[in-house]
Amino acid sequence: MIDLSLLPDGGLGWLHASGPNPQIVLSTRIRLARNLVGHPFSLRATDADRRAVLARVTDAARASERLPRAVVLPLDELERPDRQLLHERHLVSKELAALEGDPAKPRAGAAVLVDAPAGVMVNEEDHLRLQAMLSGFDLDNAYATLESVDSELGQLLPFAFHSEFGYLTSCPTNAGTGLRASVLIHLPGLVLTKEIGKVLQGLTQVGLTFRGLYGEGSEVVGNFFQLSNQTTLGKAETELLDHLGRIVRQVIEYEEQARDVLLKTAAGTVEDKVWRAYGLLRYARTLSFEETMNLLSGVRLGVGLNLISGLSVYTLNKLLIHTQPAHLAAMEGRPLSDSEERATRASYVRQLLGAETT
Amino acid sequence: MRCDNCKERDAVINLTQVEHDTKVTLHLCEQCAQEKGIETGTTVLKSTLGTFLSAMGKGTNLPVPADTIRCPSCGATLRDFRDSGRLGCAQCYQAFAEHLRDLLRRLHGSSQHVGERYVAPGGDGEASAVSELLELRDKLRRAVESENFERAAELRDQIRVLE
Repeated sequence: MIDLSLLPDGGLGWLHASGPNPQIVLSTRIRLARNLVGHPFSLRATDADRRAVLARVTDAARASERLPRAVVLPLDELERPDRQLLHERHLVSKELAALEGDPAKPRAGAAVLVDAPAGVMVNEEDHLRLQAMLSGFDLDNAYATLESVDSELGQLLPFAFHSEFGYLTSCPTNAGTGLRASVLIHLPGLVLTKEIGKVLQGLTQVGLTFRGLYGEGSEVVGNFFQLSNQTTLGKAETELLDHLGRIVRQVIEYEEQARDVLLKTAAGTVEDKVWRAYGLLRYARTLSFEETMNLLSGVRLGVGLNLISGLSVYTLNKLLIHTQPAHLAAMEGRPLSDSEERATRASYVRQLLGAETT
Repeated sequence: MRCDNCKERDAVINLTQVEHDTKVTLHLCEQCAQEKGIETGTTVLKSTLGTFLSAMGKGTNLPVPADTIRCPSCGATLRDFRDSGRLGCAQCYQAFAEHLRDLLRRLHGSSQHVGERYVAPGGDGEASAVSELLELRDKLRRAVESENFERAAELRDQIRVLE
C-alpha cells in the first residue's frame, strides 16, 4: 500500500480551510489540458507511446524549478485500493485511476505527479493535465500557480498549439485555453429554500456548468456542487476566470440570502435539523457514506449559521475526505466488509467530533 | 401576448439575453425579430438553402465525401472523429480544420483562440509571430480573391490578435 504521508501535504493542502470564504467554498481547482507534438493523442496511442510521453513528462518535471521533487505515482503499478485512495483525494480522475469496468486496469503510462499545490495527470484524455487545487475561493492564486508550471514545462516540452485553435486537445470541447476552473461550493441554504433549481438553470444560461463532488459524471451529494466554465475557446484565460469568479460571488451572495431567510422564517426547524445531524454523527454506531455526507452538510450549515460553535471547518473538511471507503480501509490497514466499513466510519466520526468541544 | 417592440402584432418569439449578469426576456413578433437580426424558423431555412445553392453553383469545388478525409499524420479519418468525439493527434486539427471550425463555433461560440500564445522551446517568439503573420496575410488575400468573406473575416481577426 502506498504511503500518502510521503506526498507534499498528503496532497490535502486544500483541506486546511485557510483560503477565502472557506466555510461556503471548500476548494478552487484549475486544470490546463496540454498535449505533446509528435505523439498521438490518447485514442490512437499505443502502450509504447504512452510510456514515452510519461518518460518525457517525468524528465521535464525533474529538470524544472517548480516540480523537481514531485512524487511520481505510476497508476498501472498500483493496486485498486491505492488508486481509489488517490481518487478520493481528488488527485486523479476516475478515468485515469480506472475505477470502473471489469476488470478495471489503468492503461500503461497512466500516472500522476503530485506536488503541492500543483501536479500533473499524465496520459489521461490529454497527455498532460496540469492541475492546482487550493483551499477556499481563490481563483487568482490557483491560476498563478498553474501558469508558472505551464510556462516552465512549455519550455521543456513541445506543446501542441495552433494559431487559430489554440492549445490542441483530444476533445474539441477543451481546445483553446485548455482551461477548466472549478469551485467546490456548499449550498444547503439554496437547496432547503428550493431556490437551487433556478440558480443552476441560471448558471447554464451564462455559460457555466455544474457537477457533483468528484467532477464530471458524478452525483451531487451533501449539497456540494462544483461550478465551472463550460467553454474554453474564444476568451482569454483571465476573462474565463473573471466571469466564473463574478458568478460564484453572486451564488455565494444568494446562498447567504437563503440562509438569512431560513433563520428568519424557520429558525426553530433549522436549529433542530442541524442539531439532529450533529447528534447522529456524534453518537451513531454505523454510518453509510451518503448518510455521513448529508449529515455533515447539516452540521456545516450549523457552523456557518453560528448555531454550533467550537467545531472547526478544517475538521469538517477532514471528515469529508477520511470517511470515504478507501481511506477507512487504509486506516484499518485491510479491506473492510460493508458492515465493518460503516462501523469504522461511525467510530472515526465520533472520535474526531468528540475531540472538539461544542 | 403583444410584441414588446411594436406593441401591435402577436409575439411569437421569446428572446432571452444576459447582460451584465441580469437576464432580460423580450417577446417579439416575427417581423421585429428579423429586424433585430434574430434567426427565425424561416430565415434559418433560407440561409441553409442559400449555402446549399451557392455550393451547387461552385460545382468544381465539391470535395471528396467528407467522412473519408484522412489525417496524414496519424491516419484517423473524419468519420473516426465523428464516431469517437476524439481527435487522433495534433495534425488532425489541420486536416479537419474546415469541419472543426464549425463545430468549435457551436461548442464555444468562436473558433479563434485569444488566450495565451504558446512559444515552442527554442522558438524565437517574435520571429515565429512575424512569419505567422505573413502567412495569415497571404491566406487573407486568397480568401478575398475567392470571395470567401466569412473566412476572410476570421483571418482578419486572427491577424488583429497577432498584431
